[in-house]
Amino acid sequence: MAIVYEKSKGLTDAELHYCPGCNHGIIHKLVAESLVELGLLDDAIGVCPVGCSVFAYNYFSCDMLEAAHGRAPAVATGIKRTHPNQAVFTYQGDGDLASIGAAEIVHAAMRGEKFTTIFVNNAIYGMTGGQMAPTTLIGQRATTCQSGRTVEQAGMPIRMAEMLSTLDGCVYAERVCVTDIANINKAKKAIKKAFEKQMNREGFTFIEVLSTCPTNWGMTPLKATQWLKENMAAYYPLGVIKDSSAEVK
Amino acid sequence: MKKEIIISGFGGQGGLAIGKNLAEAGMDEGLNVTWAPSYGPEMRGGTANCSVVLSDKPVGSPVFARCTELIALNEPSLEKFEAGVLPGGTVFVNSDVVTDKVSRPDLKAYYIPCAQIAEEVGNPKVGNMVMLGAYVAATKVLKPETIEKMIETMFAGPKAKFIPLNIEAFRRGMACVQ
Amino acid sequence: MAKELWKGNEAIAEAAIRAGCDCFFGYPITPQSEVPEYMSVHLPEHGGVFVQSESEVAAINMVYGAAGAGMRAMTSSSSPGISLKQEGITYLAGAEVPAVIVNCMRGGPGLGTIQPAQGDYYQATRGGGNGDYRTVVLAPSNVQETVDFVQEAFDIADQYRNPVVILADGLIGQMMEPIEWKPIAKRDLPPKDWAACGRKGRDHHNVINSLFIDPEECNQLNNHLAEKYAEIAKNEVRWEEVECEDAELVITAYGTPARIALTALETLRADGIKAGLFRPITLWPFPEKALHELAAKEHVRAFLDVEMSSTGQMIDDVRLGVEGQKPISFLGQAGGVMPTVEEIIEAAKNALKEVK
Repeated sequence: MAIVYEKSKGLTDAELHYCPGCNHGIIHKLVAESLVELGLLDDAIGVCPVGCSVFAYNYFSCDMLEAAHGRAPAVATGIKRTHPNQAVFTYQGDGDLASIGAAEIVHAAMRGEKFTTIFVNNAIYGMTGGQMAPTTLIGQRATTCQSGRTVEQAGMPIRMAEMLSTLDGCVYAERVCVTDIANINKAKKAIKKAFEKQMNREGFTFIEVLSTCPTNWGMTPLKATQWLKENMAAYYPLGVIKDSSAEVK
Repeated sequence: MKKEIIISGFGGQGGLAIGKNLAEAGMDEGLNVTWAPSYGPEMRGGTANCSVVLSDKPVGSPVFARCTELIALNEPSLEKFEAGVLPGGTVFVNSDVVTDKVSRPDLKAYYIPCAQIAEEVGNPKVGNMVMLGAYVAATKVLKPETIEKMIETMFAGPKAKFIPLNIEAFRRGMACVQ
Repeated sequence: MAKELWKGNEAIAEAAIRAGCDCFFGYPITPQSEVPEYMSVHLPEHGGVFVQSESEVAAINMVYGAAGAGMRAMTSSSSPGISLKQEGITYLAGAEVPAVIVNCMRGGPGLGTIQPAQGDYYQATRGGGNGDYRTVVLAPSNVQETVDFVQEAFDIADQYRNPVVILADGLIGQMMEPIEWKPIAKRDLPPKDWAACGRKGRDHHNVINSLFIDPEECNQLNNHLAEKYAEIAKNEVRWEEVECEDAELVITAYGTPARIALTALETLRADGIKAGLFRPITLWPFPEKALHELAAKEHVRAFLDVEMSSTGQMIDDVRLGVEGQKPISFLGQAGGVMPTVEEIIEAAKNALKEVK
């Protein structure tokens, strides 16, 4: 019998713990496939965050480190500086990266650390039960802004890809989503490109993946996908935010 | 034998360096030595001092309230530390800068015109060596040859041209107290 | 071997390089900034990596990353900076990642002062961060010991897969003293087959992790750590006794106050007072048993604990060791003020008067 589909070797056989309709599973798969296809898996070292993807070390089949909340970019700096020829990535959520770990990600990007960050932005704290994140949209409800986020109370949501793009050390930043086949393909292309640029020692590479959280958004997976397209993608525009090699050309 | 020396002056006057030279030379002669600086914002502009111990026994405390000798490179240093010199101790005063005299009759005082001698020798930077010479000649705890050998090591290689100048300054300082 | 005059902080950095430190991550803070300064120049000359981090928090997490990937990693700081590092240190302990952390203590609480102090004793010996853990704490009292301990610390860390803290103070970091680069006995160390450094053909993936969400598993980890700490306590405890053989009064002190006490001993002995010094060298594990045995001796009548801390911190361990057998007096100065030789002499005489 011919094999028409196989689980990526970049993933272990562990069963994912994610909620139904959550995008983490797809994003894990894309990262794993990219590492395999680029021949990097056997050398790769990943760093996972605190947040919903806290158990990602169980799912990626490469060597993994579990970092303290927000500190993955510092952990990855320590790894990459001492293992300059190996693929290193961080996998982080919005609370982890844009809130408690804001300093670490900004300075890793500023230094042009040659690792890749996969930033999964679902506009909410998932693991702790749906609190407001720095990326929560204005009007969006969360357990710490039950009538919806207001500008007076919490300011405007932060656009990490744009912000990091202002730093010269960040050579590539793209925002993608995985709501449908076309977008999944684009996301994979972006992730692969980021790893390629990393291995070319160009600098810091950043892929922001807009993601759903049906559980904490209080929506069905389908409704959540729709909501992401209509609301999140409107505030967080998809596409290449920065590509230094394109600028050179 | 145990010498507990405080060297104090404005930052940049070379007080810390005199201390290091004493510690280095003491080490070369097989003594137990420590050098402890005052550190912090006062190092930049204010008064900086260091404490040096030269001892034939292992050094306990590297810092002390009472000293056997005080080298005062500026006026505030003399004011601050004179009271802490042990009875019968010695004060070396940089007399180009400090116009006050040592007030306690139980102390021995040497007034060394470091800057003037350094100028005569040909380089205002060697004032420390003049003071070092005065200290070595007056206390006799270190051999002059040790210091001269140390100077030769300090200015090895391309800086060798500074050796005669420093040795000259050191010897002039010694002559001040002989 | 020829003696060389070294400044404490620079000697710490050089000692680490000689011990095969692969990487250093740090942030400037007085009075330890000479460590990163020296490392920035000399570590790359030996093929090592130096990064000035954006914060103490980042520095310790860089250590976690590099050490978790199998490198010999180090960071250094002074008290307020060490507070910031506690998060990373508890992760190192939980994930059993070896690392060397130097604390050149200064006065606190808060921003305090930049002058020497010993107010971080509790923090260093009781873990410091969240959770049940211990770090090995070596407390040098001169520059020679500092360089010896730094070199050994890497081996101790690797042997037990545990963070090791060098608890010095601002004076030790700033002072100069002659040292010899003595060869340090190398330990027989297990291979780092646990390191997350890339599989490179290994049949399983390595994971560096301190998360054990299942209470049973977390309990197991804690039990395992407790066993490891008991093993360390059995093997690594160190102390020094000076003139304790006939001492009526025993001074307990570590680090800089211990050497100040040595000077005080000379005068006390000259005045006919039989005084001795008990100096813990490892603060964790604390030499509790040795102190207990000393306290039991008939000639010992009283203890005087001397610290650069106004409340007294090590005194709690001294009490646990002495276990009420003899009275314990206390002399402490803090905030950058050091106890003087004269104060120690007076306190020692008073301590003996009280038991007469």
